[in-house]
Amino acid sequence: MNVVAAQMMIEPAVEVAAERAVWLAARRDLRLGLRSRAELVQALMFLVIVVSLFPLAVGPESALLKRIAPGVVWVAALLSVLLTLPRMFAADYADGTLEQLVMSPYPLPLIAAGKMLAHWLMSGLPLTLIAPLLGLQFGLEANELVVLVAGLMLGTPILSMIGAIGAALTLGVRGGSILMALLVLPLYVPVLIFGSGAVEQAMTSIDYSANLSLLGAGLLFGALAIPFAVASALRISLD
Amino acid sequence: MNWAEFFSMGGRGFYVWGSYGAFVLVIAIEIIMLRGRAKRARMLAKESIQ
Amino acid sequence: MNLYKFSSPVTFYPLAGKMWPWFATLAGVFAVAGLYLGLFVAPVDYQQGEVYRILYIHVPASVIGMFIYLVMAGYGVLALTLNTRLSAMMMEALAPTGALLTVLALWTGSLWGRPTWGTYWVWDARITSTLLLVFLYVGYLALIHAIEDKRRADKAGALLVIVSSINVPIIYFSVKWWNTLHQGSSVSLAGNAIASPAMRWGLLLMTLACWMYAIAMTLVRVRAIISEREQGAAWLEGNKV
Repeated sequence: MNVVAAQMMIEPAVEVAAERAVWLAARRDLRLGLRSRAELVQALMFLVIVVSLFPLAVGPESALLKRIAPGVVWVAALLSVLLTLPRMFAADYADGTLEQLVMSPYPLPLIAAGKMLAHWLMSGLPLTLIAPLLGLQFGLEANELVVLVAGLMLGTPILSMIGAIGAALTLGVRGGSILMALLVLPLYVPVLIFGSGAVEQAMTSIDYSANLSLLGAGLLFGALAIPFAVASALRISLD
Repeated sequence: MNWAEFFSMGGRGFYVWGSYGAFVLVIAIEIIMLRGRAKRARMLAKESIQ
Repeated sequence: MNLYKFSSPVTFYPLAGKMWPWFATLAGVFAVAGLYLGLFVAPVDYQQGEVYRILYIHVPASVIGMFIYLVMAGYGVLALTLNTRLSAMMMEALAPTGALLTVLALWTGSLWGRPTWGTYWVWDARITSTLLLVFLYVGYLALIHAIEDKRRADKAGALLVIVSSINVPIIYFSVKWWNTLHQGSSVSLAGNAIASPAMRWGLLLMTLACWMYAIAMTLVRVRAIISEREQGAAWLEGNKV
């Protein structure tokens, strides 16, 4: 994959559109990631297993399960995304590609954005698509499942982005994964609250649009601001 | 000043003095640890100069 | 006076050494006055009884604990934009004090909650945000101690604190939202308790005492940090360490 990396090292002859830089970075990560499909499937399996633990733990009473369903699915989604975060930078950091990407003529925030996009496509998105099945296991109704999926669609990209900051800050640090989780989980809390809250509001027939709007706003703001934070974090970690 | 009443704090002495005790404890811990750290830093500095 | 002179650890070190005893003394004086007013002069609260006296510890610890995190964020901005070592060292010096005060706030809050609402813990916006603040402090300390390269640790910590401090109000409002959703209890901290001047002055003095104490501890700690980092520097020898 150094071909694509090399492609990004070459001074572009013409003004490169921002989207192209993002897409180049994303495409590279996607190609790399899809090679080890096993890893992607494992992350999904983790989600399914964790969600299944809860009925085993609290008993099969359907009313209780329905009540805890939004929280359980969302927390499990959080943890699954967390587990896949190191993939964003670790391999590139290990073989020196990351340092070269930092020095590439393409703006680092855009490269970071591409990486975050690829990460979401490989972790958050599949997770969002499976979530309805899990919700069904807990007895959620169709309209509630829609809200669940909508929230996850908006929220999981935010999780990838916030997680990218944590991953970038803890590059190469011993005990990095747990440390990264410690740093990132508090920052995940608002996403968890709004996403899970939206489903609960749907369950009690309250208007849930505010929660989803907040997630949407968070996503917009994050998409604009976080690539810069990640670029900054990468420079800090690599200098 | 009725000391017995003061210490019992209307029957909630456990909570009130538990809090003030924690307050004193936290400050004591911080001061003790900080003094240890400052002393170690001093010794490190002295050694490295020699 | 040219304040920039003190932005170097070399010049700040003796200044901090001269300043901290004053802050410690002020802390002591304010604490004695505040405790005297709070414990002996202020009347009993007719709603909560004697238990409200915990607030003389809880409120200062809580306020200063949060304030310290904001100050850290300020130093973080300085550390990243001006690239000054001392700013990062001040962040590192502030964190343990802030963390301890926040833990104390949680502890005393819990002890206040039990007799007042019957439970040691309530998931309202303020308490949950305070708990998350503890996590943020611990995360910061864990990060800077895990990174071996000091300069990288400084900057990484600064970025973390800046990003996290943006998140603190978001967390607060999201939990508040979550609470109204669940019709949870929105706990009014003191309600009508702050009625008499003695109570108000007691709280104010204790908060000031806490603040002075935090400054004193931070100054001593930053001196230790400077010593640790500037090992071998000849200027340390000339100073009364």
